[in-house]
Amino acid sequence: MKFKLIIATTAVALVGAVVAANTQRDAILSGYAAQAGVSGFSADAGRQLFMSQNTGGKPATPSCSTCHTSDPRNVGHTRVGKVIQPMAVSRNPERFTDPAKVEKWFGRNCRSVLGRECTPTEKGNFITYMMSL
Amino acid sequence: MNMNIKALAVMAVALSTALPAMAASPWVVANNTTKTECSACHMAYAPGFLPKRSWRAIMSDLSNHFGEDASLDDAARTEISNYLVSQAPRDIRGLAASATPLRITELPWYTRIHGPRFVAYAQSHPSIGTLSNCTGCHRGAERGIFGDD
Ligand code: HEC
Ligand code: HEC
Ligand code: HEC
Repeated sequence: MKFKLIIATTAVALVGAVVAANTQRDAILSGYAAQAGVSGFSADAGRQLFMSQNTGGKPATPSCSTCHTSDPRNVGHTRVGKVIQPMAVSRNPERFTDPAKVEKWFGRNCRSVLGRECTPTEKGNFITYMMSL
Repeated sequence: MNMNIKALAVMAVALSTALPAMAASPWVVANNTTKTECSACHMAYAPGFLPKRSWRAIMSDLSNHFGEDASLDDAARTEISNYLVSQAPRDIRGLAASATPLRITELPWYTRIHGPRFVAYAQSHPSIGTLSNCTGCHRGAERGIFGDD
């Protein structure tokens, strides 16, 4: 009886955490949609950005997939050999839930890979792709 | 009685050698912002490994950080810079006072211990990759332990 209660409470808490994460991610996406003046994003365009090979940025990082690998469901590696947890939300529900963290890494990685900031549309497409896997 | 005094004396000696090390060891990162922000791509290097002027140079050009952009907001950057510079030595033995190395892996003592053989070894082991990956070979590196592996 008590055991069942614990399981039930844990299940509710877990579902609660996922719902909260989804709410935070949705809020981040709505923010980008408002900035871009669009009503939705394209997972396919996000995939193209993720896979693209670029020459405008720093030579050692031609692509997002350089570190995050070509399948975002996999763990990736930094250039110094440290593990990067998967970007796909299905594998890593904490992804894209902290607005400051999201902006910090879009800033760094878009400048490193593309040599410029990503647009709000590109950021929304990228997150939408990571939610589609 | 005699025993107890001896035991106390031993403890006192042990404490007096342990305490200064614990207070602020330059071989372990003690500042939380530094620990979090500077460990995202590699282990957070401890302040004792580079002279003050090197940390100042690194922290003032984070957007060109060894081939990557590692920019931070001003508050975090200032806190980390103050911490690293305050805990770092003025000079490092064997290093010319005019030199401002940006890499630990280029310091004279470092290249003396870690020769070309080590570079080859790191490159042929994907889990290590580069000599900058201290934890790849020294499991205790983040705790300041390098001697015993
Ligand atoms: C040089 C390696 C590297 C490259 C190239 C790279 N990333 Fe990353 N990325 C990282 C690391 C390291 C983190 C932070 C570690 C973590 O969150 O697990 C990260 C985190 C992120 C995050 C934060 C995710 C979150 O949890 O909020 C976003 C967004 C991101 N990257 C987008 C991109 C995009 C877009 C590209 C290509 C334009 C890219 N990255 C290319 C290494 C890289
Ligand atoms: C976005 C990823 C990233 C972040 C964040 C980052 N670094 Fe680095 N750092 C690197 C890369 C890449 C190298 C070069 C490694 C190599 O050459 O193999 C490096 C190298 C270094 C080195 C030289 C290591 C050597 O070879 O001796 C120092 C010192 C250093 N970083 C300090 C810092 C400090 C301090 C911070 C926090 C303010 C920081 N790093 C944050 C990516 C990063
Ligand atoms: C490829 C493996 C490898 C990597 C990577 C590596 N080391 Fe080492 N290091 C060693 C080995 C092996 C020794 C012992 C050498 C000997 O005794 O001749 C050593 C010795 C040392 C020592 C001397 C320890 C003592 O008490 O004798 C220090 C300090 C040290 N390394 C620091 C570092 C730091 C800092 C880094 C990262 C910037 C690093 N090492 C990266 C393999 C490595």
